[in-house]
Amino acid sequence: MSTTGKAYIAGAWEHPTRKAVDKTLIQLHAENVKGALNDAGLTLQDVDGFFCASDAPGLGPLSITEYLGIHPTYVDNTDTGGSSYVLAVGHVAQAIAEGKCSVAVITLAGKPRTGKPNKGEGAFYDDPNCPDVPYELPFGHVIPNLYGMCAARHMHEFGTTSEQLAWIKVAASHHAQHNPNAMLPQVVTVEEVVNSPMISEPLHKLDCCVISDGGGALVVVSPEVAKSLNRPLVKVRGSGEAVKHLNGGKTDLTYSGAVRSGPIAFGQAGVTPADIKYVSIYDSFTITVLMTLEDLGFCDKGQGGRFVQDGNLISGQGKLPFNTDGGGLCSNHPGNRGGMTKVIEAVRQLRGEAHPAVQVPGCDLALAHGTGGYLGSRHGSATLILERE
Amino acid sequence: MKDGDTTRPARDAAPQWQTEDGALMIAECRDCGEPHYYPRVLCPFCGSENVAFKACSGRGRIYAVSVFRRADPPYALAYVELEEGPRMMTNIVDCDLDAIAIDDAVTVLFADRDGIPTPMFTPAAP
Ligand SMILES: [Zn+2]
Repeated sequence: MSTTGKAYIAGAWEHPTRKAVDKTLIQLHAENVKGALNDAGLTLQDVDGFFCASDAPGLGPLSITEYLGIHPTYVDNTDTGGSSYVLAVGHVAQAIAEGKCSVAVITLAGKPRTGKPNKGEGAFYDDPNCPDVPYELPFGHVIPNLYGMCAARHMHEFGTTSEQLAWIKVAASHHAQHNPNAMLPQVVTVEEVVNSPMISEPLHKLDCCVISDGGGALVVVSPEVAKSLNRPLVKVRGSGEAVKHLNGGKTDLTYSGAVRSGPIAFGQAGVTPADIKYVSIYDSFTITVLMTLEDLGFCDKGQGGRFVQDGNLISGQGKLPFNTDGGGLCSNHPGNRGGMTKVIEAVRQLRGEAHPAVQVPGCDLALAHGTGGYLGSRHGSATLILERE
Repeated sequence: MKDGDTTRPARDAAPQWQTEDGALMIAECRDCGEPHYYPRVLCPFCGSENVAFKACSGRGRIYAVSVFRRADPPYALAYVELEEGPRMMTNIVDCDLDAIAIDDAVTVLFADRDGIPTPMFTPAAP
């Protein structure tokens, strides 16, 4: 069954906090859910579908639905790291198409700056039940060096340069200057990026995303509910998902799971990369963006460096405006999980509610992509194509 | 565990890297013939449970490397492509971290990590 046109994003809300000193994790979730429902013009009593990932406190959806006082007929807590919330939109669309629910909430919250370490925040666990852990933990794999290896290999195979990667941060910073909630609102230059301290070769400090508290939520509804609300109609036109891993040692760091999730989403939507007016691309590091743009077909494999340079991702200047909220690189990466904010900014663009300085004129078709887990080992990819009706 | 030992790895979580003779070992499928890494109770390429350990030359090349400069002291995380094919996560050690690069030839050495002989690699003698 095709789910195209069976689901609409009616509510999207990003928590304004970046450091939640005085809020608990469950409180952030509650504020996110209420915020997104308010945005849609719906209430908690309307919710019959509930989607969360492992950042939700307690066992799956059990504690959080009790706290919220809701009684959903459909729940899902699929976890693919930071891409979970992009992937969840596709799962909601399937549930709605099957008639399992008609008002679904997807929530994300995190407190990596002010809370106790959370199972959802990307720490490597010394878990003897996890088969890869004993074969990786002794070598000191941390998040930056896993992504650093991908960048190093890309440079080796394709001649990609640090300056080209830096252009991705530069573009994000041009957008972040208009976002009052952005953690890094200053415009930076290529020189500032490549001269920032080396974190894990070849990635510099400014190649990395921010670490922030906060989160957000989405309300995804049936066509009937969507048309009853006083909100712009943002339709789920296509979705795709994939897991990419080390493949038994036939490991290839030059591509991501987007090579599989992208064609599924484009195929379902019946559009091509050339049709897309705006992209939200998961940006844990600059290299994540560069590889994803290649893998989704916005340029040829190996040409990502040339594609992103000279401001091509800057709204109003380049051919492919991206992450106009400043993205994870400059604004927000709540709970070390950037997928939620990718969808939210795509919805803002399609509604014409992005900041006027970065709003893409006539934005009627947008793509959001999540890369959850670790680009250099195993990750979950999710691609979403959204249309303003 | 000996080279060619057809005992199936019983505990997925216990790292098994070294033969009794001190060589690096990986796993191989006796049905499809493909070596794989890390070892497990089945072949990730064909699903066969007819898997066994196999000794390796201990030689390979750096497939990818990143020196983590924020650590004190810095260290090099890498994937090394073994002569036998599989790429494995490891460290490049006993070398000038500024001098290592992708495609460099490396050879295995074993370092003790929590009592387990753990394979790391160092630049091969020219
Ligand atoms: Zn096999």
